[in-house]
Amino acid sequence: MSHAPTTLQERPTPAPAVATTSLSSRTLPRWAPLGFAAVAIVLGVGLGLVAGWHSRIQWGLLSALFFVAISYTVTTAVENKRQAKDRLATSVVWVCFVLAVVPLASLTWTTLSRGAKVVDGYFLTHSMAGVLGTEPGGGVYHALVGTLEQVGIATAISAPIGLLTAVYLVEYGKGALARAVTFFVDVMTGIPSIVAGLFILSIMLMAELKPSGLMGSLALTILMIPVVVRSTEEMLKLVPNELREASLALGIPKWRTILKVVLPTAIGGITTGVMLAIARIAGETAPIMLLVFGSQLINTNPFEGAQSSLPFYIWEQYKIGSEASYDRAWGAALVLIAFVMILNLVARGIARWKAPKTGR
Amino acid sequence: MASTTPVDIPPAPPAPRQRPKSAGRAGDKVFLGLSRGSGILLLVIMASIAVFLSYRAALALADNEGNFFTTFDWNPAGDPPVFGIAVLLFGTVISSIIAMAIAVPIAVGIALFISHYAPRRLASPLAYVVDLLAAVPSIIYGIWGALVLVPYLEGLNLWLDQFFGWTYLFEKTEVGVARSLFTVGILLAIMILPIVTSVSREVFLQVPKMNEEAALALGATRWEVIRLSVLPFGRSGVISASMLGLGRALGETMAVATVLSPSFLISFHVLNPGGGTFAQNIAAKFDEADQFGRDALIASGLVLFVLTLLVNGAARLIIARRKEYSGANA
Repeated sequence: MSHAPTTLQERPTPAPAVATTSLSSRTLPRWAPLGFAAVAIVLGVGLGLVAGWHSRIQWGLLSALFFVAISYTVTTAVENKRQAKDRLATSVVWVCFVLAVVPLASLTWTTLSRGAKVVDGYFLTHSMAGVLGTEPGGGVYHALVGTLEQVGIATAISAPIGLLTAVYLVEYGKGALARAVTFFVDVMTGIPSIVAGLFILSIMLMAELKPSGLMGSLALTILMIPVVVRSTEEMLKLVPNELREASLALGIPKWRTILKVVLPTAIGGITTGVMLAIARIAGETAPIMLLVFGSQLINTNPFEGAQSSLPFYIWEQYKIGSEASYDRAWGAALVLIAFVMILNLVARGIARWKAPKTGR
Repeated sequence: MASTTPVDIPPAPPAPRQRPKSAGRAGDKVFLGLSRGSGILLLVIMASIAVFLSYRAALALADNEGNFFTTFDWNPAGDPPVFGIAVLLFGTVISSIIAMAIAVPIAVGIALFISHYAPRRLASPLAYVVDLLAAVPSIIYGIWGALVLVPYLEGLNLWLDQFFGWTYLFEKTEVGVARSLFTVGILLAIMILPIVTSVSREVFLQVPKMNEEAALALGATRWEVIRLSVLPFGRSGVISASMLGLGRALGETMAVATVLSPSFLISFHVLNPGGGTFAQNIAAKFDEADQFGRDALIASGLVLFVLTLLVNGAARLIIARRKEYSGANA
């Protein structure tokens, strides 16, 4: 904050002592919530122990309820009802946030702890060939190859289409066509993955095609295009108009302006968008299940024959339902989550590093 | 919108121009053609999804001996073939309603937490944590739900049955693990939390500062500021965010397929194991289906497609009415 504009707060307040006694009522000290929390936790744990509950979650819930009740009553007594309501709202909002973090933490912890048991060099470099589903052993290599190839093909198709569509919407788009495209891109983001799978399946049934990695990629493409379009569109809109105008003023045709000025400026954000889209489709199971069929063997040719993929592998192992296959499922889940999270982190890193410099 | 595209730039005087004019023009035409072409391609894809699914669905429906909408059975391989979506529609709607009932209030709470309550420096990392929930693949939610959440919820189910059994809804008449529509609803709630949160958060952040400061100046507490200025402003945004979440919940496949133990019964006892959803049914029945069975599944997929199309379209229309925010890239 600069010194120049003297704001209202900075004016000397006349006689603060008088003001506090006459204008403001009694207030609780700042550490009050901490105190309530301590009392609530002690009560919750104590009652839980006395009643002999095993679940720590129940202790937590009880403590949370105590916290809300204590802070409401004490605040009503010491301050007033409005302050009490305010505190109540604050606690509720905090509880909401904690509620969201609990499943994330549980999921991460389970995946890490159970997956780490099986993931090693052997797991990553071997397929399930000759391994009985209910016995330990085997690995995810075939699924890893499948995922990389299917996602790679899907990206190779959908990134250019998505990019060009976004360019059309931002640089050329006017009139009914652009409005229709915008609307349907939005609606397309909501297409369930299984419906995309069924669509390609109906084409397959009609053209009598055999299941292959390519078919899965086509379904993934349908899911990926709208995501790429949306994120690229947002990025292109951030490119300052002055850059376009400067280039056009030099007599450079519009298409060269777009290729040499607009896209390079936004390339960081576009890359981020594409990577987030990849992260999203890498975890899709339903289309793979319908279109690629899954295989226990290594198939490096995505254009012919059944393949596997990481999410499909997890589903397969889950269905076998033995302890060993559950372990493999968690191992594959760990590999998949690591893949997706790394993509996410790198993508956000690029976004921050290459953020387009907008006007100051 | 209009201001982002530099249109109608007066053409430069032709004299100083060195380059042949036609090269630029031709390039422009090709480029415009390409980009407009991919836009049109998107529309073609959407249209062909509808056309192809309808065509295959029509093939199946022509031979269906049961009523497609009221039959409580899925037996396209039988003689005569009989299949209907009544149970699937019911299960899909009920599980999504449960998911919405849990997720929307919590998501609004989280959005408020991030936009108004969290310490300023923590706000964006916290928003990122919630976004991470969205990055977890659905199959992983599925196995987590089936192997971790289901055993955990048994206690809660007993408790609900004991104390809220009188509501009929929470009465558990069948013993069995918690592979019920209620568990599915909870899992779906976790999965749609991020999208509802991020769209609502975006709206809450756009509440005019003046409104909030005016309320503060009148001596309002923080909660009163939110109730008086933030929530009314954000209402339509929250509605459309919820509908986007609903769209996701309706079409979720793997999480439901892993958790639910399917049955072709309609029961409002949501804690009882059983029921089914469109996507779950497709995933479960696909392996054993012959060509005709697949067409039947495609018919149910078409209903799901139309359902999600309506919900998403409505959500987008509500958002589009307020152009300032588009939760689309959430």
